Amino acid sequence: MTTRAPGLPRRSLSIRQRQTLTAYTFLAVPLLFFLIVRFAPTISAFRLSLFKYSILKDTSPFIGLDNYTRLAQDENFHKALLNTALYTVIGVPAQIVLGLAVALLLGRARLFQGLLRALYFLPYITPVVAAAWVWQWLFSPQFGPVNTLLIWLHLPPQNFLTSPSQALPTTAALVVWQNLGFQIVLFLAGLAAIPRSLYEAAELDGAGGWRLFTGITLPLLNPTIVFSIVTGTIAYLQLFTQIVNLNFTDQGGPLGSTLSVAVYIYQMAFGRYEMGYAAALTVVLFVIILIITLFQLRFLTRRIEY
Amino acid sequence: MKKLLALSAVLGMTSAVAAPVTITYWQYDYASKVTEMNALIKKFEAANPDIMVKQENFPYDAYNQKVATSVPAGQGPDVVNMYYGWLPQYIDSGYLQPLPAKDFPTSQIDATFAPMVRISKSNGKYYALPTAVRTLAVFYNKDLFRAAGITQPPHTWDQFIADAQKIVKGTAPRYTTLGFGIQPDAQDYHVVREVLLRQFGGQPYTKDGKTVTYASDAGVKAMTFYTDMMTKQKLGIPNFFPGNNSYRDAFIAGKVGMIIDGSFAVGTISTAAKFNWGVTPLPVLKQGGMRANFGSFWVNGITKNATGDKLSASIKFLKFLTSEDTQRDWLKNVGEIPASRKLSGDAALRSDPVFGPFVYSLPFAYSTVFVDEAGQRKAWVDAINTVLLQGGDPAAAIKQAASNEQKILDGFYKK
Repeated sequence: MTTRAPGLPRRSLSIRQRQTLTAYTFLAVPLLFFLIVRFAPTISAFRLSLFKYSILKDTSPFIGLDNYTRLAQDENFHKALLNTALYTVIGVPAQIVLGLAVALLLGRARLFQGLLRALYFLPYITPVVAAAWVWQWLFSPQFGPVNTLLIWLHLPPQNFLTSPSQALPTTAALVVWQNLGFQIVLFLAGLAAIPRSLYEAAELDGAGGWRLFTGITLPLLNPTIVFSIVTGTIAYLQLFTQIVNLNFTDQGGPLGSTLSVAVYIYQMAFGRYEMGYAAALTVVLFVIILIITLFQLRFLTRRIEY
Repeated sequence: MKKLLALSAVLGMTSAVAAPVTITYWQYDYASKVTEMNALIKKFEAANPDIMVKQENFPYDAYNQKVATSVPAGQGPDVVNMYYGWLPQYIDSGYLQPLPAKDFPTSQIDATFAPMVRISKSNGKYYALPTAVRTLAVFYNKDLFRAAGITQPPHTWDQFIADAQKIVKGTAPRYTTLGFGIQPDAQDYHVVREVLLRQFGGQPYTKDGKTVTYASDAGVKAMTFYTDMMTKQKLGIPNFFPGNNSYRDAFIAGKVGMIIDGSFAVGTISTAAKFNWGVTPLPVLKQGGMRANFGSFWVNGITKNATGDKLSASIKFLKFLTSEDTQRDWLKNVGEIPASRKLSGDAALRSDPVFGPFVYSLPFAYSTVFVDEAGQRKAWVDAINTVLLQGGDPAAAIKQAASNEQKILDGFYKK
């Protein structure tokens, strides 16, 4: 039993301190949740990448950086890395340019504007499995309408998804087509946020269409474009679903021509049960995405003007 | 039922023997197999009232993974169904226990089961046994044959190619009908490795299965012969139809003259194909020449989780699953050919127009030792594709396959 020493003033928190304490107490709940659900697995993936851990083995010895030296020599990984870079380089610019072009045209359309927007948005909400099926049919060497069109134009028919050199662009085209609707919505919102008065003032000064576009529209769309580049790049670097759904039997396409890093991680983890190696691959992918994203945010956002 | 329960309760109090044991059986989700297994379990339980069997099924794609994660955790099945090609890894990981020699004598299994079953032996001990086995044969479209003026199914590879050339319509890649539904990643790569290679005088592996020996003259001939069917003879193209079973779907749609497929395809084709079709054994190089086939099978084994009462119940169940009665039943309801030599030697079965060609091939059917089924398949399919899709040299392709597959074998055996 202890008693308070007589004469000592009662310590109490000020209202402000108590409010802060309450705020942190409430914030602790989502923070704890994130620590357990998000960060703990990420950290354990780092740890796992240092072990030779396979579901099929009883023991999982510590092997240091062996998994990383292995992936430095792994040709399949290099191929996946190169493919992933190609997807990003093809996909991100294509979907931004097309998205902006369509958004500008839609902004001008007076008739059926709502219907047109809905039509462009439709692919975005179509399940990938269904979209992949349609894509396989469109680009089927034998029965596909695309080849029918090529023949009608007196051009040679192509193998598309079964050709090692054409499978990747065909797959990237599916992703661009699917993402276009979302991209258009982003740009429509960005365009709507540009004050009309700026255009009116410029027109009074005698500026023409192209000048208005490069002088007002593009600079003021900068935040939207940066957002699209950053989120688009991350999405393409993690590309998985479309690739797997376009080719079930030979996931990653003929001769690994459509294999992405994410698909390769899946194959290593759940096809070969090499969890340690797969973890090392995820760590590398994570680092790559982190570096590219930081780089983009640092250099692209400098010119933002409001 | 209540009386039975009361009776067993009384017996239980007096003797403590009658407590029923429940064992768990796993197989992947394939409608006809699941239905058949439910019927078999009912039959088994009636004969063994002290044992209950619980069947659990998982989709094929997740099956191997499910087994691999559950057994080490001590959950999972007591008796498990698996592809023979997964056995080396499962045995190596200690998932399976060897079948007790007194219940399953090795010499008796050697003598009574189809020769390919011996491949499921490790260090002289059997770890698992099949109910049924499968071999390959040519499925052909009789209507397309008649329309092309062909009266007999092919016996030699030359006839096979000549027939296919009469049936094929269109030019690459715009075929409308294929002569041969070529598909390297389905059964065809087995045909190159275990059939053509042997017919050209080669051996795919050394006897212990640890060394690849197909980077040989025979290997080059086999690879060239197979890839020529697309590149030179223009019999067809892979992935003719979109989807997972492209060649089979296209055959069922009546767009393909011939495909090479396993006996496991009989059920699907017979329910879906709306034309006259037939089955004929895989061709030979010349009349009276060497025959070879690829055999594969699914086996049932007992996991390390089954101990004590569960182990003896599992042994009884496995004996029942591999019995001749069950095999006969399995053929009738699932359509896979019996693993027992006696049954497959049955005259009626051998002369069956559909199952006959598969049964006929049993004595010369070879199974490949897989230590990593997916990886070894990829080595072959990639090599074939470099020739088919990139115009690569068959000799270089077979060398590449050999080097890639040897790496996988080395990784497994020399650790």
